[in-house]
Amino acid sequence: MNVPGAPFAQAMFNGVTVGVLIRFFMLKRDYRQYPSYPHGVLTHLALAFIAAVIGSIAIPALMEKEFTAVTFLALAATQFREVRSMEREMLQNLDRTGLISRGADYIEGIARVFEARNYIVMFASLLVGGATYWGNIFYGLLVGLAAFFTSNKLMGGKIIGQIANVRAATIHFAGPNLFVENLHLMNLGTEDVRKTYLQRALGVIIEPRDDDARATLANNGQRMAIAHDAAMLLGIHKDMDTGEFAPVVRRDLDTGRVGLVIVPMEKDIHLLLEAIKRVPVLESASVTPLSTRIGKKASD
Amino acid sequence: MEIEKFILAVVTLDRHKVGGCGTPLFYAADKKEQDTIATYLARITSGVIHDLENGVYIIVRH
Repeated sequence: MNVPGAPFAQAMFNGVTVGVLIRFFMLKRDYRQYPSYPHGVLTHLALAFIAAVIGSIAIPALMEKEFTAVTFLALAATQFREVRSMEREMLQNLDRTGLISRGADYIEGIARVFEARNYIVMFASLLVGGATYWGNIFYGLLVGLAAFFTSNKLMGGKIIGQIANVRAATIHFAGPNLFVENLHLMNLGTEDVRKTYLQRALGVIIEPRDDDARATLANNGQRMAIAHDAAMLLGIHKDMDTGEFAPVVRRDLDTGRVGLVIVPMEKDIHLLLEAIKRVPVLESASVTPLSTRIGKKASD
Repeated sequence: MEIEKFILAVVTLDRHKVGGCGTPLFYAADKKEQDTIATYLARITSGVIHDLENGVYIIVRH
């Protein structure tokens, strides 16, 4: 420990290791909402490495009174804003060619998560680097573990299953009109299409548990996200030229319930319910009228 | 606001139910022909067939 520069190197090594590990484990959780290709993973690990390096040297540099080094932290933070636009642009491009589009809200949500995760890495590395430099390597590892678990806990957003009841429902036609229970979804022209629906389609009703959830489910972006995830996980009986088989998600104007009909490749209602329950509640769709006085009174 | 939905074509059994519009109009002799024409048009234009329940089908791009 008497070697000059050793604590510095140790702080950096610990900070970078913990930071990149945190990013790696968070990347794994992305698979469903954003299938990361090998190159996508590499890009984000590389960015995490840079974030971790910057984060881990910040406190040691400050303690050595190297103030110019700290300004780089601010400089780097602005660079990571680029990550968001990079992800957004890419997902928007992919959205145009996908069979079921994610929708602008979902894309914005994913892009925001990617940006935020780099800041988490930077912050975790900062704590670990600081603790190692100030104390010793064991403090560093302790703080590293704490940072890892809090980051996991903090960034786990809500899912649909937590704000609403999701249950199977029957579909039927009245003339050309498709209904799930008593909720009208759309008008479908020919007999063949209607026959396919009756044979292969699955219906689901999503009932919000409170007024907050009702407002969230009213958001069209949230509903597109539900349709996208359901279609992606169960497969969809549709091609570019058969628009009539796109999943439909409509809202019951009276109660705020949401009805969904999808023509999946795998007709398994249990998996569909499971898939819908796990759709993340989008940050942009999440609203809380109940936390205001007016909203609370209106809900009586 | 941008208009995102368009009627691409109309397939009708009754000539007097539609008219006076710029949308391509197709006449069908019977229900079977109407279904066939509408399906072809929907596939070709990536539209969706909707039934107005008065013998008129419209094909709409969503």
